[in-house]
Amino acid sequence: MSAPYITSSASDFDEIGFGKIVSNAQLALDGLCGGATVLVGGFGDSGIPFGLLHAVRDLGLRELTLVSINAGSGLEGIASLIAGGCVRRIVCSFPRTAGSVAFEAAYTEGTIELELVAMGTLVERIRAGGNGTAAFYTRTAADTLLAEAKEVRVFDGRPHVLETAIRGDVALIRAHKADAFGNLVYRGTDRNLNPVVAKAASRVIAEVDEVVPLGLISPEEVVTPGVYVDRVIRSGDLHHS
Amino acid sequence: MLPPGAIVNLGRGLPVLVADYTRPDGNVMLQSENGLLGTGPRPEAEDTDPTVSNASKEPVTLRPGGSVFDLAESFDMIRGGHVDIALLGAFQVSADGDIANWATEIGGTLPPAVGGAMDLASGCPEVWALMSHCDREGKPKLVERCTLPLTARGVVTRIFTDKGTFEPAPGAGFRVIERTPALSAGALQSLTGAPLIAFDEARTFATLQA
Repeated sequence: MSAPYITSSASDFDEIGFGKIVSNAQLALDGLCGGATVLVGGFGDSGIPFGLLHAVRDLGLRELTLVSINAGSGLEGIASLIAGGCVRRIVCSFPRTAGSVAFEAAYTEGTIELELVAMGTLVERIRAGGNGTAAFYTRTAADTLLAEAKEVRVFDGRPHVLETAIRGDVALIRAHKADAFGNLVYRGTDRNLNPVVAKAASRVIAEVDEVVPLGLISPEEVVTPGVYVDRVIRSGDLHHS
Repeated sequence: MLPPGAIVNLGRGLPVLVADYTRPDGNVMLQSENGLLGTGPRPEAEDTDPTVSNASKEPVTLRPGGSVFDLAESFDMIRGGHVDIALLGAFQVSADGDIANWATEIGGTLPPAVGGAMDLASGCPEVWALMSHCDREGKPKLVERCTLPLTARGVVTRIFTDKGTFEPAPGAGFRVIERTPALSAGALQSLTGAPLIAFDEARTFATLQA
């Protein structure tokens, strides 16, 4: 499996540690406090870090700002945080979906504030947050309600809307496999927002199916290089903690 | 109706159904905004892979030559104009090519949702609307000017309804490209909120399918 230019076998590196692999939710979420901005990977139920979200709910934090594509459905994942009264504000593209009962209830009661953002603009704002870009102009949402009160400039004869970067205190992401350095591989369409939010938060915590020894993820296969990832926890360890 | 070799994004609602009518061995590639290029038809129940789904969160297959990627890559394709055609559902389309198709707040109770609609409408070179000719109350959805909040201004290039195929003709109305044989010029006009042009030159549907 290893690329030919990896000269040592995986087992040579078994003992190398980067201090990223943790074995319980307390260690994974250490330092997260109320009022934080939390970026969450996932699209619908696909690629959602359910275990980490439930662990955050169990901490009983308040006044969180969430940044995500959807607002959850049923009482799982993001919806569990909203139903648990942990979320003050959500920056989101498609909050109203089949089963988004927790969000709809909080929205109707006025206990949650919504910033609705066109999906591509939301993704680009997070990407800007991850690569040191303060703001950018985009055609998306020009001449619409979502551009109200925003600065507009004309480029190439068309109006463009000024959008600013988004960064988080923490990003919660879901991947398939990790190694000790935090290199990540995803499955299918679970990838979605996860590699994007992984670049835009002060601390990035990845929930994974399995952790493999260094060298067993081939360099060409790595989607999120470990430089972006601070903590890794197995999904199984979250559910059992 | 999809040209050979086209890269096409199918919007939520009516448009995603088109995937079931594309030939898996054809060269049209379907893009899903959640990070898929080469979306295939819905899978047989037994070989459902829960980790491959479309933008409507339904399980789909990936055809040979397909790829998966993150949302930054997906919206680079959409916003950068690399997806040739956005096939979108719509509430209203105006003679100027304006489109209204996002779920705005309903009566202060149901929250809004927008998804990738504005990115698709602003980013794709061709924006095609696929919709019923009239709304549930029987009011025209092809209108002089949209009264619902806009998704994008002046972008629609073609409209497909159950009554015909149309092109916005800014300042004039809608050009009829194709029409049902079941309606006279007057009858079709009465269902349409702006003047119809070139009715007599339009082809009629060979067959009208339910």
